[in-house]
Amino acid sequence: MSPLRWIILLAGLAFVALAPTQMKNYGVYLTTLWCVYLIAGMGLNLTVGYAGQISLGQAAFLGIGAYTAAIMSKAGVPYLAIFPAAAALCFVVGLLLGFPALRVQHHYLAFATLGFNMLVFLVLRNEEWLTGGTFGINNIPRPTLFGWRFNRPLDFYHLTFAVLVLTGVLMAFLLRSPWGRAFAALRDNPIRAESVGINTTFYTLMAFAIGAAYAGIAGALFAPLVQFVEPAPFGFATSLSMLLMVIAGGSGRFFGPALGSVVVVLLPEWLRFAADWYLAVFGFLIVAMMIWLPGGLLSLPERVRR
Amino acid sequence: MTDFLQLVIAGTATGGCYALAALGFTLLWQASGTINFALGEMVMLPAFMMLFFMSVLGLPLPLAFLATLALSLLVMGYGFKRVVVDPLIRHDVITLVIATLGLSIGVRQAVKGVASAQVFTFPSVFSDTLLTIGGVRVSAGDIGTVVVACTIVLALQAFLNRTVTGRAMQAVAQNRDAATVLGIKVERMVLYAFLINAALAAVSALLITPVYLAKFDMGDTLGLKAFYAAIIGGFNNSRGALLGGVLVGVLENLVGTYISPGYKEGVALVLFMVVIVFRPQGLLGTVEERKV
Repeated sequence: MSPLRWIILLAGLAFVALAPTQMKNYGVYLTTLWCVYLIAGMGLNLTVGYAGQISLGQAAFLGIGAYTAAIMSKAGVPYLAIFPAAAALCFVVGLLLGFPALRVQHHYLAFATLGFNMLVFLVLRNEEWLTGGTFGINNIPRPTLFGWRFNRPLDFYHLTFAVLVLTGVLMAFLLRSPWGRAFAALRDNPIRAESVGINTTFYTLMAFAIGAAYAGIAGALFAPLVQFVEPAPFGFATSLSMLLMVIAGGSGRFFGPALGSVVVVLLPEWLRFAADWYLAVFGFLIVAMMIWLPGGLLSLPERVRR
Repeated sequence: MTDFLQLVIAGTATGGCYALAALGFTLLWQASGTINFALGEMVMLPAFMMLFFMSVLGLPLPLAFLATLALSLLVMGYGFKRVVVDPLIRHDVITLVIATLGLSIGVRQAVKGVASAQVFTFPSVFSDTLLTIGGVRVSAGDIGTVVVACTIVLALQAFLNRTVTGRAMQAVAQNRDAATVLGIKVERMVLYAFLINAALAAVSALLITPVYLAKFDMGDTLGLKAFYAAIIGGFNNSRGALLGGVLVGVLENLVGTYISPGYKEGVALVLFMVVIVFRPQGLLGTVEERKV
C-alpha cells in the first residue's frame, strides 16, 4: 500500500472509532451492529470473494455464535472463554459444511448452504430446552474482560471496534500469506490449482471454516449487543443480506464488505419512510446492479477510468 | 393403515405440484445454464394474477387461468429471459443467483405492497367431493392434481424425446456449439425452455394454491421444495423431477404426522443433503463432466 492509502485508512479508522462518541444511543447501536456484520462479512468475503465458493448460510454461523455466547454467559462463563469457544464451534461446523462443497459446486452449493441455514434455524426454533425456542434467551449480560465492564453502549462499541480491527488485521495477514494466493487459485481455476500441487480439498474446507469462525465471533458480539437472541435474525434473509454486503461492496476486495455493510445496515434505516416498498425497490436494485455493475461499488472507479 | 395411505396420497398430490415447478427449473438449467432462484415467486405471481382476473375483472376460473397463462408466458417467459437472464448469462453463476434472489425479493415485496400481507383463499378446479376407495378416503382434488401432474410430465417428456423441436432443445442442452453447427436456432430453443418454465409455473400455481392459499410469501417454501425436488431426482432428467417432488411431498406428510410437525420443513433438506453427499447427480441423473 502507498503512504497515501495508509493515511486514508488510518484516518478512516480514527473516524469510525471516534464518531459514535458524538452520537445518541441508537446511532451507537447501529454503528456497533455495522461492526458486527462487518466481521461476519469479512469472513464471508474470504469464502465467497477470495476462495470462490457460494455460501448462503453465513447467518447460521452468526446464530451459532450468538446462541453459544448467550447460553455460556447465562451459565456464568467469562467472555474471555466465550469468544474462542464461539469461534471454535463455528470453525468445526464450517468444516463440516465444507464437505458438501467438495462434492458439488455452484448452484448445488448455494442450495446446500441455504439448506444448512434452514436446518440450523429449525433447530434453534424447535429445541426449546437449549435455545428457548421462539421465546429466545433474554437478559444476556454485557461482557467483562480483564476487570473492565463493557456495559455502556459506547464502551461496548469500543470493544466491538477493537475486535473488528484485530480480526481485520488477521485477515489481511492471511490474505497476503501463501494461503491467500492458494484461495485465489482455487477461485480462478480449481483444476489448474490442483494440477500445480495446491491441496484444493484442504483449502476449500479452510475457506468455509475460517469464514464461519469469523461469523462465530460476530455472533458472540451480537448476543451481548442486542442482549436478547431469538431465531428470527439468523434466518435465510440475513444470510442473503450478508452475501449482498459482500457483492454490493465488491467481492474479493478487502474493503468490499465495509462499504457493503454500510449499504445493508444503514440503507433500511434511511429508507424507513418507504415501508413495504423499500424492500421491493431494494430487490429490483439488486437485479439492476448485477446487470450493470456486477463487480460491486468498489469496481466503480475502475469502470469510470476505462 | 388407512391413515398412512391417505397421507401418502395427499403427499403425492403436493409432490406433483413441487414436481411441476421443479421441472421448469431443470429445463432452464439444461437449456441455458440459468439458475432461477425466483422460482417460488414465479408460482406465487400467477396465483395472484388469477385472483386479480377473478375478483377484479370477474372472470370465471378457466378464463382467468388462460389469461394468466398468456401473461405468464409474456412476463415470466419472454420478459424474464430478455430483461434479466440475457444480460447476465455471460457472467458466472453467482451473479445470476444473486440477481434472481434480488428479483424474488422485489416481486414478493411488490405483491405485498399491492395485495397486502393477507392470506387469500383460492378456488379449486376440481370438485371438493371425498371418494372412498376400499376404506381410504381421498379427495377428488388430490387425484385430479396427481393425474394432471403426471400427464404434464409424461407429455413434456414425449415432446422432448419424440418431436424435432424437443430433440433440438436437448441438443442445445448437451452442446451449444455443436447444435449451432447443425443449424439449430439455439436462441429460439432457449426461449422455448423459458416459455415452458413459465407455463409450468402457472399450472403449478393453479393446482397448489387451493391447498397452500395465496399469500405474498407462499413462494418462499414452495420454491425451495421445488429446487430440492429437482436436485434429489436429478437435475438433468425430467422424470427425476417427478420422483423427487413426490418423494419430498410424501415424506413430508409422514414426518409431519409420525415424527414431529416442527421438522416437517426439514425433510426435503435432509433428503437433499443425503443425496448430494452420496449421489450428487441425483437419483435418476447422469454425471456432468467438469470443464477445464
